[in-house]
Amino acid sequence: MVDARGYSCPTPVIMVQKAVKEGNPAKLEVAVDNQCSVENVTRFAQNAGYKVQVSDFEGDFKLTLTK
Amino acid sequence: MPKESFVKRYGLLIGTGLAVGAAAVLLTALGNPANMGFCIACFLRDIAGALNFQRAGFDAEVGTGIVQYIRPEIIGLVLGSTVIAMVRKEFRPKGGSSPMIRFIVAVFVMIGALVFLGCPLRMVIRIGGGDLNAVVGLVGFAIGILIGIVCLKRGFSLRRAYQQSMTEGLIFPALMVVLLVLVLMHPSFIVFSAAGPGSMAAPILVAFAVALVVGVLAQRSRLCMVGGIRDAVMFRDFRLVSAFIAIIVAVLVGNLALSKFTLGFEGQPIAHSEALWNLLGMVLVGWGSVLLGGCPLRQLILAGEGNTDSAVTVTGFVVGAAVSHNFGLASSGTGIGTGPVAIAVVVGFVVLAVVSVMNMQKLEG
Repeated sequence: MVDARGYSCPTPVIMVQKAVKEGNPAKLEVAVDNQCSVENVTRFAQNAGYKVQVSDFEGDFKLTLTK
Repeated sequence: MPKESFVKRYGLLIGTGLAVGAAAVLLTALGNPANMGFCIACFLRDIAGALNFQRAGFDAEVGTGIVQYIRPEIIGLVLGSTVIAMVRKEFRPKGGSSPMIRFIVAVFVMIGALVFLGCPLRMVIRIGGGDLNAVVGLVGFAIGILIGIVCLKRGFSLRRAYQQSMTEGLIFPALMVVLLVLVLMHPSFIVFSAAGPGSMAAPILVAFAVALVVGVLAQRSRLCMVGGIRDAVMFRDFRLVSAFIAIIVAVLVGNLALSKFTLGFEGQPIAHSEALWNLLGMVLVGWGSVLLGGCPLRQLILAGEGNTDSAVTVTGFVVGAAVSHNFGLASSGTGIGTGPVAIAVVVGFVVLAVVSVMNMQKLEG
């Protein structure tokens, strides 16, 4: 899982971008702690061809990216 | 998944940009200084003045400096963000992501902004008014952002922020309420300029109400002048930059309609034509703002959402403004300041370089 909690944008997007670039995973979980990052990571992931599901994660957000 | 529609993708941002531009034109028509409908740097500087942290251009006969006033626009922006964040359950106090680094970077961002004479928002507003000096500033701003992007790509981060208490998160919005009371009551220890830009102001409640609306829109749309160019370059994401352009368009149309548009370098309101300093000032602003994660406007909005790192950043802006004016670093319509401007700008670049290099790390997931 990419744990980007505590980071503000664009850092979470950069972390996801890196993870996608390095392994091109079919499934990737990302944790963020603010709505702005949820929107930004979702947008980035959709552009990279992923489907995104957002769920609650210890009071923060978990995004599940699947191809 | 279907692609977002154009309206969904750009609608809110373009709408916000148009609203900001229209608000800037309106507030100027109602009394704010020219091409300064909404300048975060200038208005925080004026607040620093009202609290007597600086009294630039002090005239013994008048009894005040020229840039001292509690700008209701700042208060409205922050509280608009606070209210909408509360309503949408996005008010989450957090902080602790290198607060002192943010503070010192913010001081130099403000020094850079006052060398140029405006924050990124006023730069855009000046461009819409035909001020070509601001185009020079834009070039510097873009250069600064590109330097910042290189840092981000090399792993620059000011580290994690952590959840804070509700009290911690509410202090900054509460301070804004105090400022609102002070501007409405105007007790004798608060100084309002009797001459100069600080004496030019739209009616308090109108300015506050307009800013409140803009604050709500900016919080919802995540409007950011720095983010615009940054995201366009880094992610080919042109959403934020569309708002940037919308502001220029709105201000341009408004100025043309009111016959306030004058194209040129010389004689522009509250601006100077020393290209080198306009450029370098905005390089500082662009680079520093990328390190801070957003332009001064965005910092106000984040502070309103309970982000105490942004609250510290805004405090740094206020201190930076006082430093600028107390040491003659701020420019004026006649040119750059009479103090050690070159030294301050060079020191600013050194500080940003050290901060950038020392905070590049491998981002652990």
